[in-house]
Amino acid sequence: MPSWDLVADIQLLLQFHFMQNAFVAGTLVALLAGAAGYFVVLRGQSFGAHMLSQVGFPGAAAGVLLHVSPVLGLIVFCLAAALGIGWAGRNVDAGHRSESAAIGSILAFSLGLGLLFFRLYAGSAAGIYSFLFGTILGISDRDVELTLAVATVSLGALVVIGRPLVFATVDPDVAEARGVNVWLLSIAFLVILALAVAITVQIVGTLLIFALLVAPGASALQLTARPGRALGLSIALSLAFTWLGLALAYFTDLPVGFFITSLAFATYVAVRGLKAAATIRSGGLRFVPA
Amino acid sequence: MLEPEPATDMDRGVKAVAFDRAAVRLGGHVVWRDVSLEVTGGQFVAILGPNGAGKSTLLKALLGIVPLSAGSVQVFDRPVRRGNDEVGYLPQRRRFDPDLRIRAVDLVRLGLDGGQWGVPLPSRSKRERVEDMIALVGATAYAQRPVGELSGGEQQRILIAQALVSGARMLMLDEPLESLDLNNQQAISELIRGICQRQGVTVLLVAHDVNPILPFVDRVVYVAGGHVVSGTPAEVIRTETLTRLYGAPVEVLTTSDGRIVVVGQHEPVSYHSDH
Repeated sequence: MPSWDLVADIQLLLQFHFMQNAFVAGTLVALLAGAAGYFVVLRGQSFGAHMLSQVGFPGAAAGVLLHVSPVLGLIVFCLAAALGIGWAGRNVDAGHRSESAAIGSILAFSLGLGLLFFRLYAGSAAGIYSFLFGTILGISDRDVELTLAVATVSLGALVVIGRPLVFATVDPDVAEARGVNVWLLSIAFLVILALAVAITVQIVGTLLIFALLVAPGASALQLTARPGRALGLSIALSLAFTWLGLALAYFTDLPVGFFITSLAFATYVAVRGLKAAATIRSGGLRFVPA
Repeated sequence: MLEPEPATDMDRGVKAVAFDRAAVRLGGHVVWRDVSLEVTGGQFVAILGPNGAGKSTLLKALLGIVPLSAGSVQVFDRPVRRGNDEVGYLPQRRRFDPDLRIRAVDLVRLGLDGGQWGVPLPSRSKRERVEDMIALVGATAYAQRPVGELSGGEQQRILIAQALVSGARMLMLDEPLESLDLNNQQAISELIRGICQRQGVTVLLVAHDVNPILPFVDRVVYVAGGHVVSGTPAEVIRTETLTRLYGAPVEVLTTSDGRIVVVGQHEPVSYHSDH
């Protein structure tokens, strides 16, 4: 039980090795998910993030079946799916029709594959549960090392491509004319997104991925339209949700996925509510479409 | 009114655009061929023609986005290339998504260094250059607002600032007046003419309807039937020239209020339409 003495509580929180691993991995995940999430929301690729996380599900199970790290299975499956989307969406100029068709096909296939692995993996249903909804248990030292490598490489890549990626996102035709390779950037971002999803699944699971990969970016973009500030705020929110969620899960013994999603949802609702109130106050009773 | 880099006045009289027997094929079919035309620096040129005739393709060839299948094209006496700072481009588009959460000033800044890798560092000279351009197009009042919340006319001003900010000597504008009301059409036309006259920037403007810009235009490039004719408006927009270009009888009429209407084609082009 927490003593409401911050230093003592943090010592309590980190006394076990599994919680140290959960906090290190969670922090790395939150940094990458918060940064990638800004671009996901700006680019309107929430559905793509959702799809990648579902593809990660059989990937994690395959990792366990083959006695390698489940994170490795997640990475391989998510990367393959991202490249599949990128390849199929290569010629989408006027819209995203071909991209959404590709996503639908891959989604159906991956769920079928997940079903198969679930049958083969009947030994422990708890493992499946943790991949679907996240866990603070069972993040191994090897997973932490892999997470560190993935987060470092992906964040480094985002720092390099971030500015042209914003250009290609908000104004693709002009970016193309100014010499930006819009297609290559979209593939590069899909790869980064795949890696972000793969490590995020460890903490919040396949089904709750929006909580860290979409909600912080969505809230941040409601609060500010400045790219630098929105990106920073998205990362800060992602970190706050993760740390608070892990602590609450530890002290209450309730699922971490529940706490992180609830924090993310409450923040988003509060931000939208504040904005709506501010709009009504400043502009009189103007009708504001949601 | 701020007047950044008025030195581009030296462009007056230089060869800004030179097509020589150029042709473009897209998807196996010839868009236009045997195009030879020159544009003199500092001029305001309207590119006219029916939908699908290849007006936008003409701009994309000049930007180096669409390759030529024959002939050559030069901009300011150099072969075309993507990412040329001397050329500002405003593509044909619908409005920005109302939910797009990025400030207008950020959009203009992207025109300056958006193609560069790495994190943008604070730069006073770049910030001032962006502010100057926004002042030039008269958009200072709303530059800090998200671009999706701006009106069509406000968005066009921001986009013109974005196109100019890299130090462009030529503006290529693809249907910038489309979907604007008449007041905004006139205001944006006058803004573009002002930039052309005061800064000496060469303007190539693709238009569906010649009437809003007719008073400002120095030359007309008319694209139809896979060919191109160019000249002064009076030389080009006349029954004989256009009938020869289309290879079918068309008629140029002047309405009682002075508007020009081209009739007799399958698809009427030069009267004001709503789409």
